[in-house]
Amino acid sequence: MSVTVRNLTKRFTASAGSPRAPAVADASFEAPDGAITTLLGPSGSGKTTVLRAIAGLEQPDSGTILLDGVDCTAIPARRRGVGFVFQGYALFAHMSVRDNIAFGLQVRKMPRKEIAERVDELLSLVQLEGLGARYPKQLSGGQQQRVAFARALATRPRVLLLDEPFGALDAQVRVELRSWLQRLHAQTHVTTLLVTHDQEEALELSQHVVLMRAGRIEQVGTPHDLYDHPSTPFVASFIGGATVLRGRVEGTRAAIGPLSVAAPDGALEGAGLQAFVRPHDVRIARATDQSAVSLGKIEKLVRVGGFVKVELRLPSGEAMTVQMAKTELDALGVAEGDRVLVDLLAAKVFVEDYSI
Amino acid sequence: MRTHSAIAEPGAIRWTLTAFAVAFLALFVALPVASVFLQAFEHGPGAYLAALTDPEALSAIRLTLVAAALSVPLNTVFGVTAAWLIAKYDFAGRGVLLTLIDLPFAVSPVIAGLIFVLLFGAHGLLGPLLSRHEVRVIFAVPGIVLATTFVTFPFVVREVLPILESQGSDQEEAAVTLGASGLTVFFRVTLPRIKWGLLYGVILCNARAMGEFGAVSVVSGHIRGETNTMPLHVEILYNEYNFVGAFAVASLLALLALATLLAKRLLGDGSHGGQGQPGASQEAR
Repeated sequence: MSVTVRNLTKRFTASAGSPRAPAVADASFEAPDGAITTLLGPSGSGKTTVLRAIAGLEQPDSGTILLDGVDCTAIPARRRGVGFVFQGYALFAHMSVRDNIAFGLQVRKMPRKEIAERVDELLSLVQLEGLGARYPKQLSGGQQQRVAFARALATRPRVLLLDEPFGALDAQVRVELRSWLQRLHAQTHVTTLLVTHDQEEALELSQHVVLMRAGRIEQVGTPHDLYDHPSTPFVASFIGGATVLRGRVEGTRAAIGPLSVAAPDGALEGAGLQAFVRPHDVRIARATDQSAVSLGKIEKLVRVGGFVKVELRLPSGEAMTVQMAKTELDALGVAEGDRVLVDLLAAKVFVEDYSI
Repeated sequence: MRTHSAIAEPGAIRWTLTAFAVAFLALFVALPVASVFLQAFEHGPGAYLAALTDPEALSAIRLTLVAAALSVPLNTVFGVTAAWLIAKYDFAGRGVLLTLIDLPFAVSPVIAGLIFVLLFGAHGLLGPLLSRHEVRVIFAVPGIVLATTFVTFPFVVREVLPILESQGSDQEEAAVTLGASGLTVFFRVTLPRIKWGLLYGVILCNARAMGEFGAVSVVSGHIRGETNTMPLHVEILYNEYNFVGAFAVASLLALLALATLLAKRLLGDGSHGGQGQPGASQEAR
């Protein structure tokens, strides 16, 4: 089941009744059938509103939601056949785990025996066999999360919507559940939309990312597209982390101080530009000759496991972060305070629009 | 060696405070309640029973129960509906509704009674219309039920609203995405969530409904055997120097109040996870 969102706009009115900036403005994208699609963006970018609109929990001001090509904008939430996992799980506190999972089936008037079988099936799917009689409060956060998944999957939804599913968990559990979710998806193949502000989560879990900012969609593509071919400066800075350097177009090159990379085609001579440099797209070398042009000073070395973050100060005064393997740095034999040669392997260049 | 937590008081202060609290309670609560029962039994159990089985006393008891039996369900339905509306929706007039709900607590019960006299009395706004259809409200049972309902209506809303507001509507939304209809959501998700607060509100509402004096006194007309509730009956007997009768009925009222408080206590304990419902413990208070 594919999900298509077309020109979705949703505006919330402030309590005083005055209209605010729209939470979602003219958003369009498609989540392909059977895949995990992530809605990624900083908090307040409207991604949860999009998800709630797909579930029918929010009525859009304009635009349409299509499930498998069928317009279901007017269908009430309870008839849409979507599973929703809430950020705070929203488990029914007064019901046991079994009753939580069975709720959707009971509402559908499924025979008792079939419900019991289906609940057992789901308990084993989420690896909570034996915990059916517990109440949500007696479970850990990760277990509650899995009950929420089981409850949402019980009714065999056509689409599974996940709102920051791992947001409330600590880092280790989060990483575990991430790979658990991938296995779960491999078993069920249900079309999944996942909202997150964690780019690592988005890049790891999905083949399809919708990046949002301030209610608008910035870019849609594979993690690879977003990382290597960001379409806007925002995407470049949001995904993967980058040092932003200012420069100018000189011929076919983008000159950034003494450094340069290829300029995009058709850039006007002399135009200002922003270059986004990934931490691993910089090569440094020991400066044997102090007169070398491309010099940077190592201000700080931060060792994180097998990697080293090198904080450089360029002659222009700009700071730059470089990441390299620990072994690589050891081979260079440089220390804090040393001057090094800097070379840019690649950078994403955005020429500033200076139409006057 | 005892360990003291940072906020624990030294022994002497603790004992002094405890003694003060106990003495205060004894003087202002226990002693009066005890004296009610002592006075009631002054001339033995026979006189006590006679006072309670007096036709006028029985009529007063019956009317009190009728007024409570009508006003409590009315306020329960209204209270839950209003709390639900206020917690869930942001509509025009929400603030006004909230203020109106508190009004019965804010105005004196006597004024509440007078409002109904001004509305439904013979010379009131709706008086002529009512008398034309031979409907009696003031100095009759409907007036008493109306006044009781008015005075007790904030209890349920005020207990239920904070629970609904503090918990948000995530669970309801989850139920909807699972295919539940509005009624199913209410009975299977919302009601269990507000259960303890609702019961607590109903109990308080009931206690006040039975004990209300001021508003009821104004609309009742004190017709013996017809429009006297228990509190009004107590006053009449007392004014007639029939102390045994007055205190016998008063003791019954006190017993009702004690039973109510006991019920509340039992509910409170029951909700602290004792019944295999850990989910409810949070909602209990």
